[in-house]
Amino acid sequence: MRFIDLFRKKSSSEVAKDRLKMVLISDRSACSPEVMERIKNDIVEVLKKYLEIDQEGLDIKITQIEDETDNEGKTVPALYANIPIKSMRQGG
Amino acid sequence: MGEVIVVTSGKGGVGKTTTTANIGTGLAKLNKKVVLVDTDIGLRNLDVVLGLENRIVYNLVDAVEGNCKVSQALIKDKKCDGLYLLPAAQTRDKDAVTPDQMKVLVEELRKDFDYIILDCPAGIEQGFKNAIAAADRALVVTTPEVSAVRDADRIIGLLEANDIKNVRLIVNRLNVEMVKHGNMMTAQDVVEVLSIDLIGVVPYDEKIVISTNTGTPLAGDDSIVGQAYMNLCHRIMGEEVEYLDLESKKGFFAKIGGLFNK
Repeated sequence: MRFIDLFRKKSSSEVAKDRLKMVLISDRSACSPEVMERIKNDIVEVLKKYLEIDQEGLDIKITQIEDETDNEGKTVPALYANIPIKSMRQGG
Repeated sequence: MGEVIVVTSGKGGVGKTTTTANIGTGLAKLNKKVVLVDTDIGLRNLDVVLGLENRIVYNLVDAVEGNCKVSQALIKDKKCDGLYLLPAAQTRDKDAVTPDQMKVLVEELRKDFDYIILDCPAGIEQGFKNAIAAADRALVVTTPEVSAVRDADRIIGLLEANDIKNVRLIVNRLNVEMVKHGNMMTAQDVVEVLSIDLIGVVPYDEKIVISTNTGTPLAGDDSIVGQAYMNLCHRIMGEEVEYLDLESKKGFFAKIGGLFNK
């Protein structure tokens, strides 16, 4: 972003485009909040065996990333997980 | 053997029926034999857009159920040689026809026509499933609005899931003035968001309202919209046609206005 852009108000068409992009990410991932919650709980269960994790700071979501096999800049959905570790369990 | 094209959108009111009528008229003017099939059973509209509402005797459901021959249900257009309409039934509902029955009907029409164009109902229920069952390719109509584009994205996903690989986008009712002021997405914006290929851009024009008032499609006349539809028809036939430069086609008053804006 250029410095001058900070002072420029977004046009309504830019707002529309940005909102659409966000809404289509969740539409396309076909992942309801309930399913996401279950995925999150299952991942936590598995990790608990080996690690002590910070469940408050846990962040799991579906985002779009550039498709590496495709050079035309197309995007594909990806599961993004940021899981803070409190400590490693010993002898796990 | 003819090609079967479904015109669909997901959201209602974006101009599927008007687009279907104009594509039919345009292709017929390019000397193709075309049949337009109104698959919106219960909410018949393509007949009035074409100005053929007084000529209906039999309809799609009659043809499917064998109450008449398919050829008896076809209505010849008043003005355009080579253009025919198979109207929807008005007093039945979407479940009166199954996807398999649509396939049989379309196979019969394929023998006699170059293009079979199916006007799909809004929504993603039975009527949509019937319309796409027999289609070789699809044209997705959207307007540059958040709700219409979102629904278009859903439709594109469903078409792909049903193995329709040739899916192209028509951006309808593009308001050039609003685009210039940054208050409407451009056709390129919509293409970028949906990531499918464009086949036509139709600008907003009051002439469309007038043409539906009188039941006379505009494709092929000298208006900008008429030209846009004709270019779309050439692209459907596989020809490469440049997109109209909508911005430079200013009227006298817009030019005068431009002097003061500087």
